[in-house]
Amino acid sequence: MNEAGSTGSAGLDVDRIRKDFPILSRDVRGTRLVYLDSANTSQKPQSVLDAMDRYYERSNANVHRGTYLIAQEATDALEGARGIVRRFIGAPSDRNVVFTKNATEAMNLVVRAWGTKHLREGDAVVLTEMEHHANIVPWHQLAEAIGIELRWIPVTDEGHLDTADLDRLLDGAKVLSFTAMSNVLGTVTPVAELVARAHDAGAIAIVDASQHVPHIATDVQAWGADFVAFTGHKLLGPTGIGVLYGTEEILEATPPFLGGGEMILNVTKDGFTHTELPWKFEAGTPMIAEAVGLGAACEYLTGLGMDAVRQHEVELTAYTLRTLTERFGDDVTIHGPSEPAARGGVFSFAYKDIHPHDLTQVFDEHGVCVRAGHHCAKPLMRALGVNATARASLYVYNDTDDIDALADAMDAAGQFFSF
Amino acid sequence: MPGLEDLYREIILDHYRSPRNKGELESPPATRVEGFNPLCGDEIVVYVDVEDDTVKDIRIGGQGCSISQSSASMMSAAVKGKSLAEVKGLTKAFKAMMSIHEQSLDGEGEGLEESGESGIDPSEIADVPEEVKLGDLEALRGVVKFPVRIKCATLSWNTLAQGIDEATAG
Repeated sequence: MNEAGSTGSAGLDVDRIRKDFPILSRDVRGTRLVYLDSANTSQKPQSVLDAMDRYYERSNANVHRGTYLIAQEATDALEGARGIVRRFIGAPSDRNVVFTKNATEAMNLVVRAWGTKHLREGDAVVLTEMEHHANIVPWHQLAEAIGIELRWIPVTDEGHLDTADLDRLLDGAKVLSFTAMSNVLGTVTPVAELVARAHDAGAIAIVDASQHVPHIATDVQAWGADFVAFTGHKLLGPTGIGVLYGTEEILEATPPFLGGGEMILNVTKDGFTHTELPWKFEAGTPMIAEAVGLGAACEYLTGLGMDAVRQHEVELTAYTLRTLTERFGDDVTIHGPSEPAARGGVFSFAYKDIHPHDLTQVFDEHGVCVRAGHHCAKPLMRALGVNATARASLYVYNDTDDIDALADAMDAAGQFFSF
Repeated sequence: MPGLEDLYREIILDHYRSPRNKGELESPPATRVEGFNPLCGDEIVVYVDVEDDTVKDIRIGGQGCSISQSSASMMSAAVKGKSLAEVKGLTKAFKAMMSIHEQSLDGEGEGLEESGESGIDPSEIADVPEEVKLGDLEALRGVVKFPVRIKCATLSWNTLAQGIDEATAG
């Protein structure tokens, strides 16, 4: 148990942080809301909500075209947010930061636009068994369209990537596309090393960083990846905004994804010329308020300090693993790495023989929000030998009380389903 | 506000603990059909042996939560030995019970009326025969108060309907 009066960690003052999130002060079913589903979507601090309100209340106009004052303010708000995101992930220029609807759209942009142009029948794309469907299904679609070959890096029993056979898998491959942190196991993968291995083999490297960017300081240049995709709503931002980072070289070599307004330099009856980066990939009126919200979210996290965020989550991860193991022993199975520093705060688990759906239904009675299901990672579920898991996940506003509430709800579920 | 006791009636837990007609049938002659709940990953396998327009035998395989497993168990007991016309009537009556649009939720269904989560088309529940008795299946009535679980309860029924279609086709 934690020391009296403090529910935080050396990393963060969680009591203070919780006050920044209006939703955390509501109750559900007469009990405190215990939100443990941030790997699914995160809650939003007041500063993000205020930034979006302020944009609509004071500066709402379309961007990149009006000559009047508020149109300039709207353009500045959108492009200002791009600059904040660029600094947050260590990109060299705003030209490298493309706004998309979410990480899934970013992955589809890469596969459809870059993949269709640069891949041919028989070309190999290497994925891992722990990918989210967003980094699987677009490749399946491309395979159906042009006949690429998919190869898979397996996962060890401990939940790490099994790279023993990586040289053979990468031999002749054109792409290595992989997650920086598993949304099911929490496994943090060796991104820079994998990118280097891909490049050595002549393949490009694509990183799904949806679970990484919100939780661990991210430097896309240090990774050396060609493309990095992530979403805004998992990092305290609103839904409807994601980011595709790409190197200048690869973005220039990628044709536009969607066509329409905003992305053109000139249009005639005979054809069109697309505009420069990054707007070449942003057809139509963009998600301006959402970009503003994402910028505010990055600033909030920068204010906390990403190193402190990581330290907090490693400590709370250790507490979670220890608490569940001590209280439930062999009745609980937690998938993924056992070493807190090797993983993020994502816990897929099984408890007794209680189906995850039934487990999380009982949790809901106790105000505890935990996801049940396959977490959009069915190939990984198959590798783990399960159909579904319950998954609890942490963020900056969670503390040891939340973990204790989870354990209490597990106790209640165990009693309810004791037969 | 609906509580756990609305969802997990004793008879449901009994069918979950001791599922009826669990196992496999040789196919062919029986028809084997798999059903998936894409939301949660539950998978169910229905083996149905249709002879002379009657469900002569049925077995259930796969894994799932207490609601999908108990619904499958109760369904297997309810349809075994019944004519296809009777099975069709039961299916309609069950789906009507699971359809939020058709339910008065004892005044507790606030905000649920417009939910599309049941995935049940109104045409599937038109003209429910009046003489149909759901029996034990009535215990699943509480599921409509938990909209995300409706698809758990209807998974086996949809899979059975597909199996009967396949068994009677051609």
